[in-house]
Amino acid sequence: MSANQLTLWYLVASVCFILALKGLSHPETARRGNWFGIAGMTIAVLTTIAVVARGRIDLILIAMLAGGMVGAVVARRVQMTQMPELVAAMHSLVGMAAVLIAIAAVNNPAAFGVADPLPTGNKLELFIGTFVGAITFSGSVIAFGKLAGLGKQFRLFSSAPVVFPAQHWLNLVLALVMVGFGAAFFMADDKAWTAFFVMTAIAFVLGVLIIIPIGGADMPVVISMLNSYSGWAAAGIGFSLNNAMLIIAGSLVGSSGAILSYIMCRAMNRSFVSVILGGFGAAEGSAAQGGTDKTVRSGAAEDAAFLMANAENVIIVPGYGLAVARAQHAVKEMAHKLQQKGVNVRYAIHPVAGRMPGHMNVLLAEAEVPYDQVFEMEDINSEFGNADVALVLGANDVVNPLAYEKGSPIYGMPILDVVKARNVLVNKRSMASGYAGLDNPLFYMDKTMMVFGDAKKVVEDIVKALD
Amino acid sequence: MGAAVDPTIINLVVFVLAVFVGYHVIWNVTPALHTPLMSVTNAISSVIIVGAILAAAPHDTDFGSVLGVVAVALAAVNVAGGFLVTYRMLEMFRKKKK
Repeated sequence: MSANQLTLWYLVASVCFILALKGLSHPETARRGNWFGIAGMTIAVLTTIAVVARGRIDLILIAMLAGGMVGAVVARRVQMTQMPELVAAMHSLVGMAAVLIAIAAVNNPAAFGVADPLPTGNKLELFIGTFVGAITFSGSVIAFGKLAGLGKQFRLFSSAPVVFPAQHWLNLVLALVMVGFGAAFFMADDKAWTAFFVMTAIAFVLGVLIIIPIGGADMPVVISMLNSYSGWAAAGIGFSLNNAMLIIAGSLVGSSGAILSYIMCRAMNRSFVSVILGGFGAAEGSAAQGGTDKTVRSGAAEDAAFLMANAENVIIVPGYGLAVARAQHAVKEMAHKLQQKGVNVRYAIHPVAGRMPGHMNVLLAEAEVPYDQVFEMEDINSEFGNADVALVLGANDVVNPLAYEKGSPIYGMPILDVVKARNVLVNKRSMASGYAGLDNPLFYMDKTMMVFGDAKKVVEDIVKALD
Repeated sequence: MGAAVDPTIINLVVFVLAVFVGYHVIWNVTPALHTPLMSVTNAISSVIIVGAILAAAPHDTDFGSVLGVVAVALAAVNVAGGFLVTYRMLEMFRKKKK
């Protein structure tokens, strides 16, 4: 196969990747999109194998088979609640693969059709691809540990921010030293292995240092950010190998992650810089200022069932507490019972309802909730005024009306307008505050009834009471 | 002028245009599918497997080609895992027959 033919096939694959993402604009076209992605990948791999047909094909096929089998088994077994961990783990693999390819490219540029010794431009691009890949790898490993709750086993995985004095200065100095060695690498005439490896090692350390100060509440941003990095790493490798398909695929992924990070930051009312600098989500224990002298009205599951059965419009607000309690299926059953009684039931999803972008939608879809009953915040916020009952399940900060009050720490954060519903039911395990460490005035309102207890147990009791 | 354009410049052209395409395509993705978006982009960025295949191909085995083989395996985990888990999720979003 000629280089021209190869490039044209890569163009076809690139178009397939764009169509794969385009398909995700609607659930009905998304499956076709995924097939486009698979087709693009198949074309890319097969044409590349055809090019190196006289090389070590046996080893390559064995490696592909082994890796593919591991991936398939994990993808089949993973639970939907563990999706953030899986995605973090997969980011780390992309990062590591980028680093390994970069080392191989420095070692033997001819294998990639690049001039030997490497031209300075390619060296610069290799340097960028390598350090972004290395940061993606070690950062994702830390993110995985935090998400999987391994903080007890290993302190760096603690979901609380790990902070120490002069942390950001240390990071800055390390980054500068890394760039210095990178410069030494691409100025050198020969293969400057020492500079290259020192640079890579510092990048690995930096990845760890960048992610450890970020608290558990900010993980949706971190995952999106690492998603972005993994794309840029692939694009960087594409630059150094003069491979347009890699550049295109990497840029698509890079912009995707960047946009998701932006959406998550906006939904949490946090600036990207403050998330990166970290320290948020620490135990700010002095949360409930004067909360003790206020009274809440609490009720039983039967009261909640009675209220909802006599309502016309019910909006359910699921939060992560619902997923932790694995109550999705019980909620679906409850909604079904209410619908049989003629109640209009809808779901309202805040962008940060889960632990990663869109997580709650997947969890509800898994419980077979039809997606046309599930609404995004912007689409349903105006409907709360017409709702007879808003049922809040394991959510707190995203329904906190303090977001409307100037001077409050979450002022300006977009929230679900639960406070406008005629009746509010809130299920929580206790009166503990959310990630933001704030008291929630919604809980003390006259129209609010608290139903304490495990989300799954409470919802199941409501289902029983509805019979 | 008249001389061949530096490949880096061509790469830059491709890169900038691809970022624009990405920007517009991604903003059209429905928020409900942001998790499948992340898993499928993960699979797509694993197209660096083509770089890994090139690295692994040379017959005269040295540490570079060994690293290439490892990179092929790592990327293959993502390719299979990413597309398969996306498939699983999207099946759940299938419209239910009533």
